[in-house]
Order: sequence, then C-alpha cells, then structure tokens
Amino acid sequence: MHDSTPRPINDNDLHALADGRLAPQHAQALRERLGAEDTERLAAWELQRERLRTLHAGMAQEPLPEPLRSTAARLQERQDRQTLLWRWGGMAASVLLAFGLGWTLHGQWPPGHTGSATPLASAQRFAQQAAVAHAVYQPEQRHPVEVAAAQQEHLVQWLSKRLGRSLTLPVLTAQGFELVGGRLLPGENGARAQFMYQNAAGQRITLYLGALDGADTGETAFRLHADGPVPAFYWLDQGFGYALSGPLAREALLALATAVHQQL
Amino acid sequence: MEHHRIIDHVPALRRYARVLTGDAWAADDLVQDTLERACRKWLLWRTGSNLRAWLFTLMHHLYLNQRRGALPSPTLDIDTLHEGLAAPPSGTDDALDLERCLLRLPAEQRAVLLLVALEDMPYADAARVLQIPVGTVMSRLARARVRLRELMEPATQAAAPPTALRRLK
Repeated sequence: MHDSTPRPINDNDLHALADGRLAPQHAQALRERLGAEDTERLAAWELQRERLRTLHAGMAQEPLPEPLRSTAARLQERQDRQTLLWRWGGMAASVLLAFGLGWTLHGQWPPGHTGSATPLASAQRFAQQAAVAHAVYQPEQRHPVEVAAAQQEHLVQWLSKRLGRSLTLPVLTAQGFELVGGRLLPGENGARAQFMYQNAAGQRITLYLGALDGADTGETAFRLHADGPVPAFYWLDQGFGYALSGPLAREALLALATAVHQQL
Repeated sequence: MEHHRIIDHVPALRRYARVLTGDAWAADDLVQDTLERACRKWLLWRTGSNLRAWLFTLMHHLYLNQRRGALPSPTLDIDTLHEGLAAPPSGTDDALDLERCLLRLPAEQRAVLLLVALEDMPYADAARVLQIPVGTVMSRLARARVRLRELMEPATQAAAPPTALRRLK
C-alpha cells in the first residue's frame, strides 16, 4: 500500500474500477494515477456499463408469467424442505439427508431385492469399491491410468462401449483439476470405469462409475462414504452409480461432486 | 440481507436471458427450463450457498446445450436482421441499438459482459457460473468491452455529439 514504486496499471485494474469492485480508497488512489488514454478508456467502459444496466430495467417490476411463478413456488417448497434437513443435520447433513430421503423420495430407492442385497447395501458396497480402486491406483507414478488424457476421445469411446452407455467426461478445470486419464475395472455387474484427475498440488481424485443393481429409477442425493481408505461421495442416477473419491475435506469433495453431477 | 427466496431471483434471470438470447419468448423458455431443472437437481443446492450463482449456473448449462443443439444459422440471421433493422432513422432507440450490437458479440463474451455489468456479479461468481477460470473471465470481458465499443461507435457518432466516449487527440 505504501510502495514507493507502485506497480503499473493494467487492464484488470480498469475493469475493476469500471465495475466498482475496489474499495473506495483504493479506487481513488488508482484513478489519480491513470494516464490520459486509460482515463478515456475507463470513461467509455463506465458509460457502456451504465447503458447496459438500463436494458430492460423495467422487467424487475413486471408481473411474472404464471408458469414461471408456479415452477418457482414448486422449487421453493423443495428448497425449504432441504433447508430444514440441513438445519437438523448440521455437518452430518449428508448422512441425515440419506435417511431423510427414504421418507421424502420413497420411490427412488426401490424396495430391496431378495436377501441382503438391498439397493442401499449395494450402493454402499459400490462406494467402498470406488474408494479401494482409488487407493490402489492413486499412488501409481508410471501407470496411474490405462488411457491418458491426451487420447481423451478414444478414452470416452472405449469406456462408453464397455459400459454400454454414452459417457461424458466432466471438466473440472475451474476447480483446479485436470484429467489424467481413465481405466476399465471389473465390478459386480460388469464393467466399471475410473477417471482420474489431478490438481497443481498433485492431489488426485477419481470418479468411479458403472451400472448398479437397483439403481434403475430416478436419482438420489449425495451420500458420504467415510469408512474407506479415502472419503467418497456417491450417488445414483438412472441406473448408474457414481462415486467421487479423494483425500480432500468433505466440503471440497462435495463441491467437486456437485460440479461432476451437473455435467453428467 | 441476501435474497433467499427463489421468486426474488426470477426477474433477474428473465432479464439476463432476455438480453442474452435477444428474444423474449426464448428467454422465458430458458428460465422455465432452468427452474424445472432446479426442481430436479434441488438436492444439490446447499443451504447458505449462493442461490443466485447456482440458478445462473444451471441456466448457463441449458443455454450452452441449446446452442450446441441449434443449427449454426442464428448468427447469420442476426447479421441479416441487423442489416434489415438498420433502416429506421438512426438514434431513435439507443437501447435497441445496444441490444443489436450485443447480439453481434460472440456468445461467450456476451455472457461474461452481461453477468459482470448487467447483473453486477463479482468476477469470481461469474467464473463459477460459466465454469471457467477467473483469468478467462477477465480476458473475455476485455475483448467484449473493446468489441462492443467498436460496434457501437458508428451509431454513437451518428447520434448525439460524442462526449466522453470519443475524444480525439
């Protein structure tokens, strides 16, 4: 702040000024240092921003079309219910949500098959297998994956064919994770796939997926599997199980799982 | 206090969609789809997290999917539309002019500019909504501002005497 040689002003400073993203003092100090050309550019951007903000400004007061209003109300109901669950559960919400769901989305966990192979049990086993697969391949230096990210197209085609479903590779670049590659693994009901991602710090996470018995309807909430070698968040969606495992804090892992789920 | 009610966010979603797509019907369809999708994905929203950013993220996904599904012709249409609409006397409607120029920006630049300027979203939130790094937000924002200014200039010169916008050295 009290630098004798302030760093040169760049474009991002001008954007931050135009968008009012700086503290008033900081902004004032910056404005005083602007050259003629920057001042002119800033003025143009500020004017542009002002004009953009007037576009359809009246829509804020317009009554909403009925379909939008009723869908928003439906969403609100669901959100309120979830807020309630979170309040009860606090940090253990993912666990509570899992049980709460038995009641809310009764139909989504179809009644168990025969014997002990309930869908819930097989989903938990799935998560355990995911965590183990993570622990086995994550430390590999030379062969962490069978097909590397460089051959991404081939990887997706190959695994889609083996798993019998067209797969999409989630992109986690915004979260700081790059794809390392993927591999084929055996599972209880056939093939499963594992995709590995790594961040700049060298931390690796894996997405494990495959067909799962009893997962044929709808989708479920995220559940946390905390008993394995690494924590995993897992969920079911249209007949497939998904588990994201990694040695991360729950919040961070859940954020990544959310990003994955949104892209699938 | 932040807005926590869904309904509080709908006008902003509509307005953003309106300017993004340039079409009132398409915009309301997009918002409707977004809310429907949010109903299906509501379990993913965590209480206390940024509801606005979450809704905008869902909408952006749907918008991208729609664009991917659509024929590449709309870009052409907009240009021809632009030619056609250029006929009315200049300067009649500044807002219309601005909207027309916005539609001539590449969609990914338009989205960044609208989130940042129209929606007054922090850069980090815009990055989250668009699922791109903040650095990419900044570079797209820069290109969008420069390009929009270029597009607007002929119109501005034809209209009122340019004041702050263009000062010749």
